Amino acid sequence: MTPLAHDELAAALDARLDPAARAWLAAARHETTTEVDAIATIFPAVGRHVGRGTLDPAAERGDVHAWTLDDAARTLLLVALGARAAPELAPLYRHGDAAERRGVLRALAYLQVEDGVGLPLIDDALRTNDVRLIAAALGPFALGRLDDAALAQAVLKCVFVGVPLGGLAGIEARVTPELCAMLARFVHERIAAGRSVPADVWPLIDRHPPTTELAAIEAELTNPVGERRQAAEAALAARAHRS
Amino acid sequence: MRIFDPHIHMTSRTTDDYEAMAAAGIEVIVEPAFWLGQPRTSIGSFVDYFDGLIGWERFRAEQFGIWHHCTMGLNPKEANDEPLAREVLALLPRYLAKDRVVAVGEIGFDSMTPAEERAFVAQLELAIEHDLPVLVHTPHRDKVAGTRRSIELVLASGIAPERVVIDHNNELTFEDVRASGCWCGFTIYPDTKMDEHRLVRIVAEHGLDKMIVNSAADWGRSDPLKVPKTVEAMRAADFSEADIERLVWDNPIAFFGQSGRLELVDDAAAPDPSSTFAGNSILRGAREG
Repeated sequence: MTPLAHDELAAALDARLDPAARAWLAAARHETTTEVDAIATIFPAVGRHVGRGTLDPAAERGDVHAWTLDDAARTLLLVALGARAAPELAPLYRHGDAAERRGVLRALAYLQVEDGVGLPLIDDALRTNDVRLIAAALGPFALGRLDDAALAQAVLKCVFVGVPLGGLAGIEARVTPELCAMLARFVHERIAAGRSVPADVWPLIDRHPPTTELAAIEAELTNPVGERRQAAEAALAARAHRS
Repeated sequence: MRIFDPHIHMTSRTTDDYEAMAAAGIEVIVEPAFWLGQPRTSIGSFVDYFDGLIGWERFRAEQFGIWHHCTMGLNPKEANDEPLAREVLALLPRYLAKDRVVAVGEIGFDSMTPAEERAFVAQLELAIEHDLPVLVHTPHRDKVAGTRRSIELVLASGIAPERVVIDHNNELTFEDVRASGCWCGFTIYPDTKMDEHRLVRIVAEHGLDKMIVNSAADWGRSDPLKVPKTVEAMRAADFSEADIERLVWDNPIAFFGQSGRLELVDDAAAPDPSSTFAGNSILRGAREG
């Protein structure tokens, strides 16, 4: 999904707020822009006032890539801080719960933030096992800045913890032959264990099909162990179904 | 039977415990901030612990379908390290603003020192300022005197007594607590503080009003299934299902619901899933704006 521009985000949120939530957000924006330190106690309270449902009413519940109402409100509050936002990011993230951290990560693409401030937050989120944080970390800010090795590790992490790869906007342009080979080795490991393989790895693997790894996967079709054969059949059927 | 354990230190427990708790019907928990079995020596250890209570532990609980809340506070043992205590008190407002922080606590007495009393009073003020209920720990030693002094400080603070639960009661303390208007907590341990059969005798005689039970389950010898075991003991004593549910579900919801920050698990049977209880979200994670 393509990220919304700032004004589209503001309009989408406004359309979803009731009068009380809209008034709270306006007051919060005023307070945070006029009082030093107010953001520290307003930022955690956002979800209680604007809600935590998805910004897009059609989004599926549980879609870790979908923005929530509180994500949008936190982003707009940080944008409203202007130049004061950047120094607040590290403490807000450091002391934040998962929803606050997600808000900071989502906001990075909308702020003027130096890499030295933003990338440590991305690195921290990618070290967690929280699918919501990992998904929020891999937005336009990270995709434009992580080097190939770090991005490859991040994509593999998504596969391991269950963050759908289809939600990573712009990932196609960053796929390298090495990432394809890593994903294919992951597929082979899963098949050798008789386990299922998420179908969304194939569009990435097939951008630079890794010959050696794919041959090893196909060889599993004749493995003497029944579970391995079945896992290989299912995985390769998902690949064929896509193409 | 839906069960709410209103005082359980999950940081000390394993994932096996979460699994067993979920299987026994525990759907909602409150984990009070407390000490860690040994004193902390720097503010950074408190920051990491508080972050864990609103972060990793909450996430871990959700993997088992258990809805985790916490209380934030400076515990009485560590209140005695006053230079560090001052730093913790200055840090607390940031954490008292968090979602699912449903009370200030555990505060109270350990050895009944002046430093403990200063931290206790300061945190009663923080609770009033942040419009949160209070969870009071009562001491292991000199318990009756400690409980009475706790009640005096609560009443003197100006906080409404029905917004305070005084915990870890026994046969000699609970009547003072009930007379004060505060809620009365019982910690059911394999031994020491209270067991489920003694608890059954108390509620059979004194009723269920403003009574709550918990397992506390921490680093010492304890049992995270003590609330479900209390349910069984009450069934064996012929309590009605409605009365049992009142003790292990309705009462803790009524008490911690006063925070306006409880988020309860989905209940498919609820007539209106978007309904709220005293400002608390009933629908898991998604209040429509």
